[in-house]
Amino acid sequence: MSEMAIGTVRIRSPLGEFWRRFTRRRVALFAGMVILFLILAAILAPWIAPYDATTPDYANVLSGPSFTHLAGTDVFGRDIFSRIIWGGRVSLTVGFVSVALGCIAGMVLGLVSGFAGGFLDSLIMRFCDVLLAFPGILLAIAVVAVLGPGISNVVYAIAVFSMPVFARLVRGSTLALKQTVYVQAARSIGVRKLPLILYHILPGTLPGVIVYLSLRIGTSILTAAALSFIGLGAQPPSPEWGAMLSDGRSYLGVADHLTVFPGIAIFVTVLAFNLLGDGLRDALDQKLR
Amino acid sequence: MLAFILRRLAGTVLVLLTVSVFVFGFVRLLPGDPARLVAGPDATAEDVAAVRADLGLEGPVWRQYVRYIGQTLRGDLGRSAKTRQPVIAEIGARFMPTLWLTLVAMGWSTLFGLAVGVLSGVKRGRWEDQTAMVLAVSGVSFPSFWLGLLLIDLFSVRLGWLPTGGDDDWRSFVLPSITLGAGVAAVVARFTRSAFVEVAGEDYVRTARAKGVPERGVIWKHALRNALIPVVTMIGLEFGFLLGGSIVVETVFSWPGLGRLLVDSVSFRDYPVIQAEILLFSTEFVLINLVVDVLYAVVNPEIRLR
Repeated sequence: MSEMAIGTVRIRSPLGEFWRRFTRRRVALFAGMVILFLILAAILAPWIAPYDATTPDYANVLSGPSFTHLAGTDVFGRDIFSRIIWGGRVSLTVGFVSVALGCIAGMVLGLVSGFAGGFLDSLIMRFCDVLLAFPGILLAIAVVAVLGPGISNVVYAIAVFSMPVFARLVRGSTLALKQTVYVQAARSIGVRKLPLILYHILPGTLPGVIVYLSLRIGTSILTAAALSFIGLGAQPPSPEWGAMLSDGRSYLGVADHLTVFPGIAIFVTVLAFNLLGDGLRDALDQKLR
Repeated sequence: MLAFILRRLAGTVLVLLTVSVFVFGFVRLLPGDPARLVAGPDATAEDVAAVRADLGLEGPVWRQYVRYIGQTLRGDLGRSAKTRQPVIAEIGARFMPTLWLTLVAMGWSTLFGLAVGVLSGVKRGRWEDQTAMVLAVSGVSFPSFWLGLLLIDLFSVRLGWLPTGGDDDWRSFVLPSITLGAGVAAVVARFTRSAFVEVAGEDYVRTARAKGVPERGVIWKHALRNALIPVVTMIGLEFGFLLGGSIVVETVFSWPGLGRLLVDSVSFRDYPVIQAEILLFSTEFVLINLVVDVLYAVVNPEIRLR
């Protein structure tokens, strides 16, 4: 409304309006930049990591932070700073891939469920109820118990428990969008089901999905780190933040840098995704919890 | 009301039955022959056959399922592959420590979260609110296992005030319950604040102010009471998630509870115990959801009439 002036009405595209609102939120913008930085560091790991992440150096065991080893070294003399940079690859990949898998599967289920209604809708929603009947990490542990420990199985595990969240969300928006005039209009001029879903309903569900994507990636990274911490995720010598924290447990009070730096890495990454998600939610004006 | 409860109960039974099918199918989804897997590579044919009978893997699948349900309802969950003890005894010994830990964590985090949330809502936009919300969003993002290690480092290793693990006396409850509850406190604070802020903008709150109700009365009698309705639901759900969180926290503090038993069982591939634990955790979770729904219907008649 404030955009109205006498004689002229400025109309922004939805994307432009979103961008204007989003960039006003300094914290979210900063969080977004932190994430970009982390992604860049993960991609460039082979070039920017000062040392190899897995080669032991027994002459430099458990040395504290210094100019040669910025975050110190671990029990095998491996440079912790380098391991954290490489570990970013693991954590970010797990976060993005698992949530992407869960999101795609959930969106398909949600669109079908909301659009078809009836028996299919009940069936899909009961299925989601069952998946949601397990606390997230428990479901992940169950999947790992069947498939065996390892980071790729953690990805599937997290995808499975992200799926019902997206399915419910997309189903909700689909139900609402089905009633809108433009979808009714498209239907009345004979647009077939698939194009109707893809071009008229799907885009409308995206704002909610985008917000949840960011929030879920944070949760997924945290869950993956937790699973690695309890020994069910990444296996040694793979540099994974949760597993690094677990390795450092025995040296509390003796060599705190073993746990402090991986802890900071997890915290900053998850915080950045959560803050970005909050900012996106406000900017997209989504009424989500 | 009764109709609502019955309808929800029927839904719960249906979900639980499906969960039981999942748990039942769990061992059967394993690649290879699960009996051989459990018995180990050196097992003789007789050993494998014994394990197969133990795991209930004989006969047609539907009969296996019926037998499994019958045994489960009678409390017979098979024997642990690791200790050869009945699973029900293994789990029974671990149940109370986890329940206590969860209750203590839930108690402090709820009270604390509510207090911080209301404070933030009342002082909206002021420094108290901003500090609390920065802490809350950090609390949501903070890895619980790292928090646990930091607390052990400070209070056990450096200061020597509290034990690093075990469940001997009240002192051993302090660090695990702080670790487990921190995330929930943060979520409760955030949620309470937004519920409070929303309610504070309602007409009846303005009316209360306009007719001269003192500010304290407006907050406690008019705003908070209504804000609490969604908060209660959310707290109930968080209780379920605490059960999941206990898996990680128990590992950090060597807590002799269900969570650590589950982690140990997965590492050992002790399938009977894993199956029973998954069934137990999800049953608890589903029952908590049921109670929350019913409570919600009690305080909010709109839901009942759906």
